[in-house]
Amino acid sequence: MTVRTYSEDNDTVRVIELAPATAGGLNVINDATLTAISQHCRKADADSAVRVIVLCAQGKHFAVGADVRELSAKNKQQLQNDKRRDNWQAIAAISKPIIAAVQGSALGAGNELVMLCDLVFCDEQAQFGQPEIKLGLIPGAGGTQRLPRIAGKARAMQMALTGKALSATDAKQCGMVCAVCKTELLLETAVAEAKKIAALSPLAVRAAKQCILATQNTSLADGLALEYQHFSDLAESKDRAEGIRAFLEKRAPRFTGK
Amino acid sequence: MQTLQLTISNRIASLTLNRPESLNSFNGEMHANFKQALADIKKSDARVLLITGNGKGFCAGQDLSDRKVSETTADLGDSLEERYNPLIRALTTLELPIVCAVNGVAAGAGVSLALCADIIIMHKRASLVLAFSKIGLVPDSGCSWLLTHAIGWRRARALALMGGRISSAQAYDWGLAWAIYEDEKFEHETRQLCETLAKAPTKGLAYTKRLFSRAAIAELHTQLDDERDYQRLAGRTEDYREGVSAFFDKREPQFNGK
Repeated sequence: MTVRTYSEDNDTVRVIELAPATAGGLNVINDATLTAISQHCRKADADSAVRVIVLCAQGKHFAVGADVRELSAKNKQQLQNDKRRDNWQAIAAISKPIIAAVQGSALGAGNELVMLCDLVFCDEQAQFGQPEIKLGLIPGAGGTQRLPRIAGKARAMQMALTGKALSATDAKQCGMVCAVCKTELLLETAVAEAKKIAALSPLAVRAAKQCILATQNTSLADGLALEYQHFSDLAESKDRAEGIRAFLEKRAPRFTGK
Repeated sequence: MQTLQLTISNRIASLTLNRPESLNSFNGEMHANFKQALADIKKSDARVLLITGNGKGFCAGQDLSDRKVSETTADLGDSLEERYNPLIRALTTLELPIVCAVNGVAAGAGVSLALCADIIIMHKRASLVLAFSKIGLVPDSGCSWLLTHAIGWRRARALALMGGRISSAQAYDWGLAWAIYEDEKFEHETRQLCETLAKAPTKGLAYTKRLFSRAAIAELHTQLDDERDYQRLAGRTEDYREGVSAFFDKREPQFNGK
C-alpha cells in the first residue's frame, strides 16, 4: 500500500490518501504504511498553512486491517516495544481536525484509524469492524477502548467478541459517522466539510477538538474546567473579536489565526 | 450454461431461463448459472438486461424436487440466504434497466424474479401465482416487499394469504405489467423496448433506478437530498452533455451510456 498527500483550498486542506499497491488490491496498514500516515499527519499538523486533514483511500475498501504476516512475526517482547504504538499515539495527538472518508470496509487497524479521526463520512457500502477475535487475538490500537466510547458497550462487545461489522446505517445511528454519502460524492463531501472548518478560526477549532477529546480521559468537572479555560483564553484572540464583530456587522469574518 | 441461455448483442443482454421441462424452475445449477451470467453481463458492454423463459412457462420458482423435504435438516432459511437473497440483491442493484418478458406462468420465486424488473411485459396467456401459501410457506425472495410496493398492502396481503393467481389482464389493470401482447407482437414489442433502452443514457438510468429504489419508503426530505446528489452526478455524465447539445442542434442524441 502507498500513502500520498495533496493539497486543496490553497493548502488549507491536506488530503492524505491511502492507495493499494496494485490495482484492485486492498489497503493494509502495515508498519511502513502506519509510519507514513503518522508522519504525514505530523507534517500537516506542523504546517501553519494547513487547517484541516482529510484521510481517504483509493480502492473499493478504506483499509482492511494490519498486515497479519508482519504481526505474526512479532513475539511478546517485540510487541511491547513495537514502534506502531508510537505512531498510533502520534496520530491521536494531532491537534488539527482529521476528517475520514470511508468507502467499503474499515476493519481492524482500519477501523482503529477511523476512530482516531474527528469527523467521519462514509459511503452506503461502508462497514466498520474489529474482526481480530476470529484470529485468536484482540485489537491493539484502541479497538476495545475507543469503540465502546463511540458505539456503546453492547455493540462494541458484539463487534469485538464476534467480529460482526457495523453497517453504514448502524454506524450513522450510533454516532460513529456524521453522514452516509453516495460513493461518488464521498471524497468531495469530506473535502467540502474540511473547507468549511478551514475557513473558521484555527484557535477556536483546535480548542474545541481538544475539549471534546478530553471527555475520553477526564471527569465532567475536569472537562468543564478545561472547557472554561479555553473559553476564557480565547477572549484574548483577535479571531474572537473579529468573529463577534463580523456577526454583529452581518458580514463574513476574516480569521487570521491570531 | 445448461439451465440458462445468455446472449449479448447490440448492447442487449438476453437471459433466457432454460429448463422448459420443469417450467424453468430454479435448482442449484440454475442459481450458479444465474450468478455467473450476471457477472458476465456486468463485464460486458450490455446496456439493458432482458429476462424471459423458454417454453410454456416463465419461471415456476423453486424446483421442489431439488429440495429434499424428507430430510428434516433441510433449512429453507439457508436456501434463501445462500441462493435467492443474493440473486434478488444482485438484480435489484444492477445498474442497468431490466425488462422481464413474462412469457408464461410465473410462480413463487418466479414472481419475485419478474418483480425485480423495471418493466414487466406479459404475454396474454401469462399469469403470476403466489404459490407459497399453498404449501404452507411464506412469500420470499423479496416478494412480500416488491409486491406490496407494486400493488399495495391490501391486495398483496390477500393474494399472499389465498395463494392467488393474477391474470395478465389483472396484472395490467393493477399496474404490474407495463403492457400485454400476444403472438409475434410479444417478442417484437419486447425487442423494440430493449433496443430503445440500449440506446438510452445508461448512467442516468442507473442513478434513476437508485433514486427510485427508496422513493416509496424514504421521507420526502431524504428523497430531496438524494435527488440533489444524483442530479449532481447525472450532470457530470457525457450523456447529459450529449443530450443538451443534441437538443440545441435539433438532432437525435447519440448516447454512449457514460
